[in-house]
Amino acid sequence: MEQLKGRIIYKGKGEGEALTTSMPISFYGGVDPNTGEVIEKGHELQGKSVKGKILVFPTGKGSTVGSYTLYRMKKNGTAPAGIINRECETIVAVGAIISEIPCVDKVDIARIKTGDTVRIEDGTVTLVQD
Amino acid sequence: MNLTEKEQRMLDGEEGYAVRKSMEILVALGDIYGAERLIKVGSVQVAGVSYHNLGDAGLEFLNELAKDGRVKVLTTLNPAGMDLENWRNLGISEEFAQKQNMVIEAFEKMGILVSCTCTPYLIGNLPRYGEHVAWSESSAVTFANSVIGARTNREGGPSALAAAFVGKTPCYGLHLDENRVPDIHVKVNADLTKFSDWGALGYAIGKKAENKIPYITGIKDAELDELKSFCASVVTYGAKPLFYMKGITPGAENCQVPKDSVAVEQSDIKQAYDNINDEVTDIDFVCVGCPHCSIKEIAEIAELLRGKKVAENTEFWVATSRSAKQLADKRGYTQVIERAGGKFACDTCMAVAPLKGRFKALATTSAKGCFYSRQSNMKTKMGSLEECIMAAVTGKWSN
Repeated sequence: MEQLKGRIIYKGKGEGEALTTSMPISFYGGVDPNTGEVIEKGHELQGKSVKGKILVFPTGKGSTVGSYTLYRMKKNGTAPAGIINRECETIVAVGAIISEIPCVDKVDIARIKTGDTVRIEDGTVTLVQD
Repeated sequence: MNLTEKEQRMLDGEEGYAVRKSMEILVALGDIYGAERLIKVGSVQVAGVSYHNLGDAGLEFLNELAKDGRVKVLTTLNPAGMDLENWRNLGISEEFAQKQNMVIEAFEKMGILVSCTCTPYLIGNLPRYGEHVAWSESSAVTFANSVIGARTNREGGPSALAAAFVGKTPCYGLHLDENRVPDIHVKVNADLTKFSDWGALGYAIGKKAENKIPYITGIKDAELDELKSFCASVVTYGAKPLFYMKGITPGAENCQVPKDSVAVEQSDIKQAYDNINDEVTDIDFVCVGCPHCSIKEIAEIAELLRGKKVAENTEFWVATSRSAKQLADKRGYTQVIERAGGKFACDTCMAVAPLKGRFKALATTSAKGCFYSRQSNMKTKMGSLEECIMAAVTGKWSN
């Protein structure tokens, strides 16, 4: 089991299948809060659902309303089970805190592949071997 | 981040849910951006007010906070999704109005002034030079940092609320001297002959100084309303929410002129218009007041509209704060504008009202307004106040 140490943005435990991208994500306008599907035109994850996933992306972008979009997804049951960033910024950090989604940054995200089973526990990311 | 004993107790929940959540937000942001401590803020401006953007989840979050969250400093509010009194006249649905009112009630419960304007500095939330504040609304943030010389980062709705409940914000970014140094010299070699040229200038500088702090020279004079428009545009189109304008804004005289430089020529101003304007002749929506009209602008509109009539299939909105409208009522401007068929859109604006699908083509004086109206699938034309009034009266753009 490989363990990666990161920085806690929001504490807590989350486990699930990783969904990774090398592109920043805008939650406001970029993700449909009703389905959890990425809808941004030209995004690597366009058409994929983030629901229940450990969502791995470099950083957030776009409108600060994105924090509320994450909260809305949590209430709708379409939020990711956890978030891993290379460098967290205001929109995602605030979104994770108000929605109580476990969130870690300062992690070498290239080590995580889509489909890996990943566990976040406070600041530690564990790649679980099947 | 180093917290005082009292701050630590707030984080531990001593003052309840809203303060604990707020401290979690402020501490996380402080850690992300390397703040060493929290600093007191003189005032807060909260964005994220329109139900159109918040949705039910945002409303639910605000209701949670409103249970025990009370603001500790002067806190004002950004525009809502509708005129809070006259929403029917603007074609807002009953259902939307009900939800929007619930949002407003939550903010009122928190002790926030329901000012509903993007120009808090015109209605009583005016920081002094050098004062630390925590504002959202990018145009107001840019105005506070640049024209007033106050200090604020570009907050989002929740982080501004957090600062209001705690009375403090993490000390990083534009609160610190070292991050307020201009890093690009913008030499303006263009004449600005009409109001919308300031929006075009903001567009040109925003693109050339992307994510930088511009030090601008070559501007001979600027009125407050022109600066207000420029602030909205320059940050919308890419610059950081701080600029210095030699001879116009405070602190510019003490700046070291950046070595890196770009020029803005007359052709750049024209290019800005070309990029903002669409090919369209028929105009069904004319809206001025992005940022919100000052009383001086309302006076100008009334003068231009006096004795004229807005075209039958065209809506003409004056977006402004409730307090500017009250002055306009007393002076008779309101009557002149309404008699001509114009409507006041107080407490709201074209960027946050639910307008998708209602209008095909917008004419406005605002570069920022054009940017946000694209979300609502409108074609856009930017021009002077005279050109916009002409469009309202004829229903056509005339060049």
